[in-house]
Amino acid sequence: MGGMRTAGDLVARVQMTKKLRINEAKKYVADKLKIDVKELSDPIIMSEVRSDLGFGIMMPLGGVPKGLECKFNIARVLDLDINCLNRFKTKAGLA
Amino acid sequence: MSKIITRLGDGSFIEMTEKEIREDIDAGITEAVENGEVPPLGQDEIEYLVDLFKREDRIVGVAPGKEVIMTYDAGTLKIKRHSLFEDRVNALAIYERLLGADTMELCHVDYSYKPLKPIVSYEVGTLEQALSVTHAPLFYGAMPNLGLYTQPDGPYPNPMELLPQGKIKEGRAAYDEMVGTAVEDIVFIAEAMWEAGADGINLDTVGASGDPDFKASLLATEHLVAKYPDIPIMMGMAGEYVLGMHGEMYHDGQRLAGMYPTDQLKIAEKAGVAMFGPVVNTNNTESTPWNLARTITLIKPASEASKIPVIANMGMGVGAVPVTDYPPVDIVSRVSKAMVELCRLDGI
Repeated sequence: MGGMRTAGDLVARVQMTKKLRINEAKKYVADKLKIDVKELSDPIIMSEVRSDLGFGIMMPLGGVPKGLECKFNIARVLDLDINCLNRFKTKAGLA
Repeated sequence: MSKIITRLGDGSFIEMTEKEIREDIDAGITEAVENGEVPPLGQDEIEYLVDLFKREDRIVGVAPGKEVIMTYDAGTLKIKRHSLFEDRVNALAIYERLLGADTMELCHVDYSYKPLKPIVSYEVGTLEQALSVTHAPLFYGAMPNLGLYTQPDGPYPNPMELLPQGKIKEGRAAYDEMVGTAVEDIVFIAEAMWEAGADGINLDTVGASGDPDFKASLLATEHLVAKYPDIPIMMGMAGEYVLGMHGEMYHDGQRLAGMYPTDQLKIAEKAGVAMFGPVVNTNNTESTPWNLARTITLIKPASEASKIPVIANMGMGVGAVPVTDYPPVDIVSRVSKAMVELCRLDGI
């Protein structure tokens, strides 16, 4: 699906954590992002969506969310439990 | 009659007529039906495959909107294999930002669970760093590889030496002990990685050492899922059927030896696996139409029966991809398209 270029990493996260098959996982992500399923694989649309929501982009230059920052945004918008964020909160005394 | 250019399972070119392609597709389906006890493909599916091989495009693909995820096992190892001596954290960034990987995997060059034990704290440190700077889901993975538990590398007598001597009971006893130790090792490493924040754990080439290898992987999965109910375990198989190295190893009342993808998937799903990767091995001397027809016939029923994502293994020598270090894109794109569309895969 193109990973961070589009929504592939997001769909994969949903498949892994919710054990959803591809069509259900795509619909889940599309509904959360308020876009059409077909738009999930379009790099033009998804680069804008990812930038707007702070999900991480292919060329993360200065000032844009990166790494863990993006994962917090992904977890919040997609309503996902991301394992490394739980660890971060524990280690940072935020849990 | 015009000739169609395709390839054999070893990647070399071959010219075939449409009649020969149809005969090979039928033969591949027949072999799968007889060995795997699965239904044959329908005429529509056969015509789909014939048309696919008649197309002259070098690269083919699925329709827009029908894409599936691509997972990458042993990613950091494969970067190194190309003599690109990138730090593993950077290698993962390459996967997600240059190669468009939908999931990634951190691993060690010595890609088995047993040798990771003495260096687990270093692996955890690298994983923590990688998780903080990457974005795509990140697995930690290795192979159960029960072969490493036999003497002289491991603690147990080698069943491959005992069995030819007729020491069946002793050989099986060695396998039984190997399973217990392998489960401890897999669980030890997987727990460390999950506690470090990994998005999932990959058990790679499960069944490579036969039914004991599969048994260890199922037991390890059950143990991990019982302790961490949310842990995603990805299980990728080594072969289309489980070799009966022990022969009498059971799990949930079912004998593991001889299981084909559908039964492998069902028992793995019950154990708690989140994503399953079935495998069909490529036959070097048969044509790609033969190999692809056989692969789809074996995997399609598994995908239809599954409640969890099915991420078919498609790489060098599996999933009808030729057995070569440099899989040609004309074949890789064709077999990928056919597998996704006819097996309704959730990923590759």
